[in-house]
Amino acid sequence: MSASLPSELDRPALARGRSAAGTDPKSVSAALRRAEFGDRLRSLALAAPLLLLLALSFGIPIVLLLSRAVYDPTIADALPRTSQALGDWNGQGLPADAAFTALAADLSENQARGSAYELAKALNARLPGARSQVLKTVRQLEGAGGKPPLEVMKSVPFWSAPGTWPAIRTGTHSLTSFYLLSALDLRWNADGGIERVPPEQAIFLQVFLRTFFVAGAVTLATLLLGFPLAYLISSVPKGLAAILIVAVLLPFWTSILVRTAAWTVLLQKFGLVNDLLLWLGIASERLDLMYSRIGLIIAMTHIQLPFTLLPIYSVMRTIAPSQMKAAYSLGAKPFTAFRRVYLPQVFPGVMAGCLLTFILCLGYYITPALIGGASDQLISNFIANYVNVELNWEMAAALSFILLVFTLALFGIFARILGLDRLKMV
Amino acid sequence: MKLARTSLIALAAATACIAMGRAALADELSIMASGGAWQDAQRKAWFEPFTKETGTKILEQEYLGDLGKVKAMVDTGNVPIDLVTVETATVLQGCDAGILERLDYSKIGPRDKFIEGSALDCGVGLDAYGDILAYDPTVLKEAPTSVLDLFDTKKFPGKRAMRKFPAQNLEWALMADGVAPADVYKVLATPEGVDRAFKKLDTIKKDIVWWDAGAQPAQLLASQEVVMTTAWNGRIQNAIDTDKKPFKIVWNNQILEYDMIAIPKGAKNPDAAYKYLAYISKPENNAKLASYITYGPVRTDAASFVAPDALPKLPNAPDHLAGAYLVADTEFWGDYGEDLVKRFNAWLAQ
Repeated sequence: MSASLPSELDRPALARGRSAAGTDPKSVSAALRRAEFGDRLRSLALAAPLLLLLALSFGIPIVLLLSRAVYDPTIADALPRTSQALGDWNGQGLPADAAFTALAADLSENQARGSAYELAKALNARLPGARSQVLKTVRQLEGAGGKPPLEVMKSVPFWSAPGTWPAIRTGTHSLTSFYLLSALDLRWNADGGIERVPPEQAIFLQVFLRTFFVAGAVTLATLLLGFPLAYLISSVPKGLAAILIVAVLLPFWTSILVRTAAWTVLLQKFGLVNDLLLWLGIASERLDLMYSRIGLIIAMTHIQLPFTLLPIYSVMRTIAPSQMKAAYSLGAKPFTAFRRVYLPQVFPGVMAGCLLTFILCLGYYITPALIGGASDQLISNFIANYVNVELNWEMAAALSFILLVFTLALFGIFARILGLDRLKMV
Repeated sequence: MKLARTSLIALAAATACIAMGRAALADELSIMASGGAWQDAQRKAWFEPFTKETGTKILEQEYLGDLGKVKAMVDTGNVPIDLVTVETATVLQGCDAGILERLDYSKIGPRDKFIEGSALDCGVGLDAYGDILAYDPTVLKEAPTSVLDLFDTKKFPGKRAMRKFPAQNLEWALMADGVAPADVYKVLATPEGVDRAFKKLDTIKKDIVWWDAGAQPAQLLASQEVVMTTAWNGRIQNAIDTDKKPFKIVWNNQILEYDMIAIPKGAKNPDAAYKYLAYISKPENNAKLASYITYGPVRTDAASFVAPDALPKLPNAPDHLAGAYLVADTEFWGDYGEDLVKRFNAWLAQ
C-alpha cells in the first residue's frame, strides 16, 4: 500500500515532465517500474516475517474454518455404497431396493467403525428427527438375526417417508450450498429451485439487518456526541485538553465486560438512571431500559465513543484556527466558513472514525448478550451459539462468511466513494 | 543435513518431555465443572474425600458448560482434562459428535441402579435438579401454586423471567394449554404440537425477560426486575440459605433433570477417571452432595444415605413429587433440539 502511494502521486508530474523534455515515455516509465520493483521487493522482505505470522496464525485458520461452510464430507464419507446406488435415481418417489440394501450395509459398517453417531447427527441437521431413526435402525440391523437387511429397512417407516431420500442424496455431495443458503434464509425446494424458508423459520436476514441498523445507530450517536467534544478538546489550552483526553480514554482502558456490567447496574429497573428520571419528573413510571434496544445502543455508544472521537480529534488538531479567521475576514458567515473551510478538512477523520466504529459494532457480542433483550441479539451472538452450544460449526462458518462478505462489500463501496488514501486513522 | 539432525534432537527432547509429563500425571485427575456454588459443593462432597482416600490429586477447572470448548480440545488432539460435567442434552450431543467417550459401566457400577435416564452411553448422572418457579412473597401478594402460573398474566401481572432456551418452556406451554404431562413429548413431536406450544408462549411473550446463566434468576428477583422466574432449584435455595433472601419455591409442575459427568475422547488419564466415577457412584457417596447443595442423588438406593436435614429441600423429595411433575426426555431433545432451538430463536427475533 505505502509503496504504491508515491508512484500515484508522481504520475502527473511525470506526465508533465514528458511533454516538456520530450524523452521517450516508455523507457522512463520502464526504468521507474524497475526501480520501484526493487524497492517493493526490499520492503516486502522486511514485512515478510509479519506477513508470514499473519498468514499462519490468522489467514489460514480463517480460510480453514470458513471452508466448513461449503465443504462437509461427513455423510459422503459415511455412505459410499448409498451414494453410488443413488447415482441413477431420478429423485422422484422412492429409489430402487438396491439403494435400501446399500444404505443398510453402510449403516452396519458405520456401527462397526463407531461412527454411527456422527452420521446420525449430520443427517439430523438436514432432516429433523433422523438422529433417533438412524440409531434405532442400526440397533435393529444388529439384532436382526438372519432377517434380510432390506426387510429391516422397509419395516422402519422413516426410510420410506417422502423427503428422506432427497435429503440423503443432497447430503452425499461433500460440496454443499446448504449452510450458505440457510444463512440467508433460503433452501432448495423439491424441484431443484431456490426458495425462501417459511416465515416461522426465517431468522438470519432479519438479524443481519438488525446488526447493520444497530451499528449505524451507534455510529451516528458517537458522531453526534464525539464531534463537538473533539472540537472542544482541540480548541482549549493544552493542559485542559490533556485532562479531557484522559477523561475520554479512562473508560477506554477498562475492560469492555466491566463497562457492560456497569451499565447493567445503571439501567436496571431500580437502577440509578430510572431513579434520576423519576426524581426529575421526566418519566412518570420506571422504564424498561435493560433488555431493550435503547439500552443496548446507549451502552455501545459509550464503549465506542473513543474510537470515533480520536481520529476526528487528531485531524482537528492539525487545522490552524487562523484559517477560520481568514474565512471570516473574507466575508464568510460562520456556517459557511465551517462548511467550506473546516468540514472538508476534518471529513477524512470523521469518515475514519465512523468506519472504525461501524465495523467494530458489526462484531459486538458481549454487550448485546448482557444488555440486549431477546430481539436485540446481533449476528455474533448467533455465531457464538452455533460454535459453543449447538456444535454446528458449519452453520457458524456460513454466517461468518456472509458477515465478512457484507462487511467487505461495505468497505469496498466506502473506499470507492472516498478513496482509501483520504482516510486518516489516529 | 545439520538442520535435520538438530530438529531430530529437538523432537526427541520434546518427546521425552511429553513422556515425563505423562508419568507425572499418573496420580492427578483433571476435572472441569461449571463453577459456582455447585462446584464448591462437589469439592466438599467428592473431590476432597476422594483425594484423601486414593491419594489422587484433583486439578479443578471451570467453564460455562459450552461443549464447543471440549470439541476444540478433542479436534486438536490436546485434551488436558479427564472429566467434564455436562447437562444431559449436552451428553447426547457430545456422544453424537464423537467428543465424549462411550462409558464402560462395568468399571463404574450397576447401570440398573440409576434412576431411569440418568445413566447414558456417554455420561453418568451426578445429581437430580428441578426446573422450578421462584418468587418473592414480599413483592407478590398472592402465592403462585404451580409453575404453570407463569402463563396467568391476569392473576400475576408483571414481568416474568424464563430461560432463553426452548427446553422446559415448550413443555410448560403445552401443559398450561391442557396437555397431560405423560403426553407432552408425544404432542411436541408433531408440527401441530410445536405450533400449539409457541402459540401459548405468544400470549405472554411481551412479559418475558430471558435469562442465560444459572445465577441470573436470583439476581432478577432480587433487583425486582421480575415478579417471578423459572430457575434451577439449587440456585434459589442458595439465595435463601446463604444470602438470606425471602424467596419461595413452587414445586408443582417442576421438570426434573440430571447433571452428568463424562470423559472427553483422548483424555490422558482414563483409569483415574473411571476410579472417580466408581467412587461417586457408590450410593453412600452419591447421597453426600445433597448436604452441600440441594440437588438429589441419582442412585435409586441412595435415598437412605441422604442427611435427614437435607432431604426436604431436594427436588426428588417425596413431598415435591406429590404434585404434577415431568421428567425431561433427553432422547426427544437429542432428536428435535437443533430444529426447535432454531425455531425458538426465530420466534424470539420476531
